[in-house]
Amino acid sequence: MSQIILQAKHLVKTYSQRSGKFGFSHTEFKALNNVSLTLHAGSTLAVVGESGSGKSTLARCLLQLQPVDSGEVIFNGHDLAKLDQKSLRAARKDLQMVFQDPFASLNPRMRIGTIVGEGLLVHDLGSSSDQQRQVIAMLKRVGLSEADMQKYPHEFSGGQRQRIGIARALVLSPKVVVCDEPVSALDVSIQAQILLLLKELQVEMQLSYVFISHDLRVVRHVADQMMVMHQGKVVEQGEVESIYQSPQHTYTQTLLSAIPGQANLKKQMA
Amino acid sequence: MTNSIDPSIHLQDANLTQKKAKTTVPLLSVNNLTISPKQSPTKRLVNNVSFAIEVGKTTCVVGESGSGKSLTALSIMGLLSKQLEMPAGQVLFNDAQTGVKDLARLSQDALRDIRGKKIAMIFQEPMTSLNPVLTVGFQIGESLTTHLGLKGHLLKAKISALLEMVGIPSSRADSYPDELSGGQRQRVMIAMSIACEPQLLIADEPTTALDVTVQAQILKLLDTLKTRMQMGMLFITHDFGVVADIADHVVVMFRGEIVEYGTKDAVLNHPQHPYTQALLACVPDAEGKKPLKPIDYAWLTNQATNSVIRDAKL
Repeated sequence: MSQIILQAKHLVKTYSQRSGKFGFSHTEFKALNNVSLTLHAGSTLAVVGESGSGKSTLARCLLQLQPVDSGEVIFNGHDLAKLDQKSLRAARKDLQMVFQDPFASLNPRMRIGTIVGEGLLVHDLGSSSDQQRQVIAMLKRVGLSEADMQKYPHEFSGGQRQRIGIARALVLSPKVVVCDEPVSALDVSIQAQILLLLKELQVEMQLSYVFISHDLRVVRHVADQMMVMHQGKVVEQGEVESIYQSPQHTYTQTLLSAIPGQANLKKQMA
Repeated sequence: MTNSIDPSIHLQDANLTQKKAKTTVPLLSVNNLTISPKQSPTKRLVNNVSFAIEVGKTTCVVGESGSGKSLTALSIMGLLSKQLEMPAGQVLFNDAQTGVKDLARLSQDALRDIRGKKIAMIFQEPMTSLNPVLTVGFQIGESLTTHLGLKGHLLKAKISALLEMVGIPSSRADSYPDELSGGQRQRVMIAMSIACEPQLLIADEPTTALDVTVQAQILKLLDTLKTRMQMGMLFITHDFGVVADIADHVVVMFRGEIVEYGTKDAVLNHPQHPYTQALLACVPDAEGKKPLKPIDYAWLTNQATNSVIRDAKL
């Protein structure tokens, strides 16, 4: 097996909710309950579960966009949870995220060129003409053109916006990309384009993905390893093949049997 | 008044409807439906669309966003935006009581009588289509009061029965939408739409926003209700997995036109039109064996795009 690039150990994250009369008391809710994961270089780890199972919290905690209560996230030999602001910012160059909703995750008042180039600016990589060149190259790589740099997000369709989101994440040549439901807001036809693009880029740039999804058909196509989450806990974890062949946990079995059209579409696949 | 909530009477009605429909016309037939923006009448958002729905059967409309699926559904209900017009087309609804009517030519008052009572619709987003300041019980009861004149404890009993039918405890009738989960809200929407036991149910992507496990429950529920009430169903979706599970007939739409229309088996297992083939090729399968193939639109435009309409008899 290839080397481990990102590792999380015993992550715990608790949210507190107001409750009781006038909201004077609190109830605690464990969004992540002792979650550990290992991501190997160049591979894809899928995180699967229903809404409310803690998938997105896990994604945010991995990148330290939200502080964890306890546990450690080890990347490059450092525990990200213990880094100060400055070194965390430096580390984020190698850790990027593709967000779920392409309609909400791009600033409507910034031009595409600025959105994609902002990471280069923040990390002060190369001269401004260098940055310009990199942005253009990245946009072309994801299937957009140089002229698109001057446009605003509202001028693009959902699939194109998700390409912009991918370009924004990848222009820094990160090592790990966390994709939080990157295709769930897209049509099947566009979904296939984006999945293929992500796969091609993974090979080209030696990326490792943490791929969050609730669509088990998509996961089957993109992932090498997978973990199933339910109510903040990992209920099953392993190779994608073996989990789909023989799911051990009852919750995994429920999820797999809920995939629509299995019996009826099979004929067509054969 | 009391008759309308008596299930046995309704069942008889439904059987009658079925017999009638078999000998005469389908429950709903859309003929040459065309929709254009008023500002530019040459543009065709929906172009020459024709299909039929039979009693107790499900017709699925599949297509990408922007293909005109939702516009077609809205035009059946007469809910098109004021900026749009229907220069041509008929929407023939075969009412079990009053016979065939062209919904496209009815007045708003006459349509209001049909909407919610004979044709009901489930909207796409359960999060936004319920009124947040009214209890779900009130919202379910509204159409019962309007169309059937139910009041007082009869109304309450009917609301409780409807909630139980969709699998929500009847005590939740006094809850507000924000106190329910996404799946429960969608069930409330379903309860609302079947309240008056409509003859035709239009479901516009009813499960797209839901988790797979909840989706499976909702689909099962709709299927049971359809069989029990002998409803015809128009089901809009872009998920071929869902189509394979529930459809009898499938309509594939592309750029406002029907490119393929036929039985489920014919369309899914022997797709004829290049667009249908391309669309099926980009659906990931649960086995992960099939390579994904995105749609090449340039290639599609060059293909001969005669629509494939097969004999839609099952």
